[in-house]
Amino acid sequence: MSFWVESLVILVVLSNLRVLGASRLSACIQTVAFQGALLGLLPVLANLDALTVRLLLQAGASTFLKAAVFPWLLGRALRQAGLQREVEPFVGFTASLAAGVLFLGAALWLGARLPQAGPEGLGRLVPTALFTIFVGLFVIVSRRQAVTQVLGYLILENGIYAFGMAFAEHQPLLVELGILLDVFMAVFVMGITLFHIHREFDHLDTDRLTALKD
Amino acid sequence: MQLSALHLPLALLGAPLLPGVINRVKAFFAGRTGPSVLQPYLDLLKLLQKGAVYSRTTTWVFRAGPIVALASTTAALTLLPLGGLPALLAFPGDLVFFAYVLALGRFFTVAAALDTGSAFEGMGASREVWFAALSEPALLLGLAAMARQTGKLSLTSLYAALGPTVLLEPGGPALLLVAAALLIIFLAENSRIPFDDPNTHLELTMIHEVMVLDHGGPDFGLIQYAAALKMWVLGALASGLLLPVRTGRPWLDLLAGLCGLFAVALFTGVVESVMARLRLTRVSQLLAAAAAFSVLALMLVRSAPAVSEVPRVLSARISLRTAP
Amino acid sequence: MIWALLGVPMVAGAAAFLIRPDGPRRLLLLAAALAHALLTAACWGGLPGPALGGYLELDAAGRLFLSLTSVLFLAAAVYAVGFLKSAGHTKEEEDAEGFLFDNAPEAVFTGCLLLFLGTMSLSALSQHFGLLWVGIEATTLVSAPLIHFHRQRRSLEATWKYLLICSVGIALALLGNFFLAVAARLHPDLLMTGRELAAHAAELDVTWLKAAFLLFLVGYGTKMGLAPLHTWLPDAHSEAPSVVSALLSGALLNCAFLALMRVNAVLCAAGLADFTGGLFMGFGLLSMAVAAAFIIGQTDFKRMLAYSSVEHMGVLAFGVGLGSAAPAALLHAVNHSLTKAMLFLTAGNLLAAARTKSVGEIRGLLRAVPFSGFLWLMGFLAITGSPPFGPFISELWILQGALSRHHGALAALYLALLGAVFVGMATIVLKMSHGEPSERLKAAPAEDDPWRLWPPALLAAAVLVLGLWVPRPLLNAVKEAAVVLGAR
Repeated sequence: MSFWVESLVILVVLSNLRVLGASRLSACIQTVAFQGALLGLLPVLANLDALTVRLLLQAGASTFLKAAVFPWLLGRALRQAGLQREVEPFVGFTASLAAGVLFLGAALWLGARLPQAGPEGLGRLVPTALFTIFVGLFVIVSRRQAVTQVLGYLILENGIYAFGMAFAEHQPLLVELGILLDVFMAVFVMGITLFHIHREFDHLDTDRLTALKD
Repeated sequence: MQLSALHLPLALLGAPLLPGVINRVKAFFAGRTGPSVLQPYLDLLKLLQKGAVYSRTTTWVFRAGPIVALASTTAALTLLPLGGLPALLAFPGDLVFFAYVLALGRFFTVAAALDTGSAFEGMGASREVWFAALSEPALLLGLAAMARQTGKLSLTSLYAALGPTVLLEPGGPALLLVAAALLIIFLAENSRIPFDDPNTHLELTMIHEVMVLDHGGPDFGLIQYAAALKMWVLGALASGLLLPVRTGRPWLDLLAGLCGLFAVALFTGVVESVMARLRLTRVSQLLAAAAAFSVLALMLVRSAPAVSEVPRVLSARISLRTAP
Repeated sequence: MIWALLGVPMVAGAAAFLIRPDGPRRLLLLAAALAHALLTAACWGGLPGPALGGYLELDAAGRLFLSLTSVLFLAAAVYAVGFLKSAGHTKEEEDAEGFLFDNAPEAVFTGCLLLFLGTMSLSALSQHFGLLWVGIEATTLVSAPLIHFHRQRRSLEATWKYLLICSVGIALALLGNFFLAVAARLHPDLLMTGRELAAHAAELDVTWLKAAFLLFLVGYGTKMGLAPLHTWLPDAHSEAPSVVSALLSGALLNCAFLALMRVNAVLCAAGLADFTGGLFMGFGLLSMAVAAAFIIGQTDFKRMLAYSSVEHMGVLAFGVGLGSAAPAALLHAVNHSLTKAMLFLTAGNLLAAARTKSVGEIRGLLRAVPFSGFLWLMGFLAITGSPPFGPFISELWILQGALSRHHGALAALYLALLGAVFVGMATIVLKMSHGEPSERLKAAPAEDDPWRLWPPALLAAAVLVLGLWVPRPLLNAVKEAAVVLGAR
């Protein structure tokens, strides 16, 4: 059982590194979808011997949203934007990968200092969650395009969700679903805004949105 | 035991089979019959019977290059365990010696290439060293991760401690990352696709072949043989981690080790057939990814409760193993 | 009762999307606003019981902020009817770039406006921190289309910044929620409401609580507009239609403030009041300083109002940080909301008259549009803390709190920053109001739309009254709310 959790943790770490190093937008979107699916399945894998309907419902809803709906929404925005398929970074890919490894080190260090609070098997998840959060914030800041900013937000949310799981957070079902719904609505509204940005400006480069300033 | 003593002659005799297997697999994918698996032996025989021509601009370094390469690879071979059986030589910290003795061979090959004064060799040498700068840390860190997981500092005891259930221990799955890194390093160090195309005839696209462009005759034979031995050495590292068969009977373990080696050769043949060579800038990214895997694995393995061999490094005793 | 408070705006909002003709839709807007206001007024007679097992409950603090939101929404709804009549389906000219722009469909606007009221009510009613988070994130999402009502580049840029920065900030607040849950790990079945956590405050882990507070401060502070997390605010509040700006500045910032106060209550109960107090005061003064820096020399009067909101959020944070001045901060929240809403609605009238947001091109308001010009001048005096208006009383009360705690230097800085803002705004507003009407204003239409004139006028009257006499019920309500929120 711990084997599944550990492998999942490694796969999540690898997916984060892939997002940092990928130069094609579609590769980034697919990797984030994969990461979402992994984290959606986490509650099921961590409790293989104590499955409840509520767990399955939760896992199913979040996997469906993160692995199917969000990539579809973002892919749609991408298709409407047409030609831009390359990620345009402020920080180069090799430098991003190196930064990613540094973030992992920082996350492991922080994770060791935080008091152990959840069930034993999920201990490795806290540094992974922190790492995912750092990577999400880094992606938002270091990439030029609006689509990658939304991806960074999704990665950030994935990391926060993983953190919640690490402490076997018994959030009430209502709040869980509320959070999922909020993230869904956020991506939905962002998708619509992306469409408008593309229509209005003919590009999705947020670095060029500089009309409003003092 | 006697089986450890058997490993060295097995390797020395059987190494040229690996390139033969790879070529056969590639031919199969291409729909050809291809050369026989024993062809590399015949090539070696042919080369040994030829004469050699040495340019007047070269010095003793040029002649020493192939010899040192072969010597260093053989030295690395003596440290190598196969199938979980002990190697001929073992001492705590021989991981580092292993990596550096391979680096020594590479250094002399590069020096010989630079010694010719030719532009092509120089270009190949610079690329080779660039890749080495990325793959050596990956190798060392991967070995370090394995050492941390098992708590052993000698290749022999490290590989002996890797059992079939190694993945199920806490921190085990991180070793899969090390395996991936080792496979990438295998491809890089042996100049296989996606790093280097061994069949290219265009010097500007070569990396390893161009370094040895001016060697001919017996020297070239030594180089080919050393390359095959290096393939055996690195392949044994990778297959020992991926297929750790420990049935308890030494003969079966050795056989399993050999099968693992040939599986790695098969894998290489398949990779060479389905992939194309990467652009040079992407090569460095792939090697950086291998290094990142090793670093990740080092961070994610569980540190073993007693790294028991550290005190013994300080009083380094080299023991010639004659007992099981 | 609580379900009605939530249900009326939500259902009305959903219905607004479906109703085709404009007239009935505007009627629905007014009716829903009035119903919500009446329901809230009924709560002053007696607090309703909890719903959803304690997740939703109206306590004194929630009632105060809910009433404020309700009053502002009613004013905004009335104004919106007038606004939609003129904005409606016509193309308008954008002066800065000379482009014609479209407006979003009115149904989207009205629907989102009502849903906005619903989500703000949710955040005022939530006692459970998780549900509170859901409410605040929801307010971000439903207000984004409102900012983008005028379909042009600048508002789109503002909307994107608003969406992204607030979503990221609020995501960090979610992490703060989890940290808070970890702090309570000795009681795995504890209900994550303010009251329960405060009751068990002694058993909460201090390190995790502090970390959680930092995350909440960054997260909800982004939403509240505290510097240096305020960068979305000037853009969003200036590019949105004035009705929306009034609600954003007047009601939404308060929701985030309430959330922060609820977290603060838990930490105060755990004995960390000095920790939070210091942070609040630091952020408060920083916000005031940043606002002052950007108001001086500002060329866009709606941006000036937005920075003024940043300044007043700083004042609120400063007041809360003092501890003893928490009732003062709450009274200031009331005063600020009423005044800022009035100012934004007036600014909307000015924009309709002058067709430009640029300060340099507007002169002689008092002569060209006397009613709005007068309100503008009055609003300026009120918002900068001049007597006899409401904000003067609350700012003085906060100053008194600072002096009574012997924070002499901080009080001096507070006054200096307030003075700097006064000077900055005075330069702008006085230039705009006096003199001969400029070119732009010569063609201004007459001010004859009662829908657009009564709301700011009534709000201004309320602010004036509050400056002359703070009614005892209000004073009691503010003090009760402060106690609920853990003031010392």
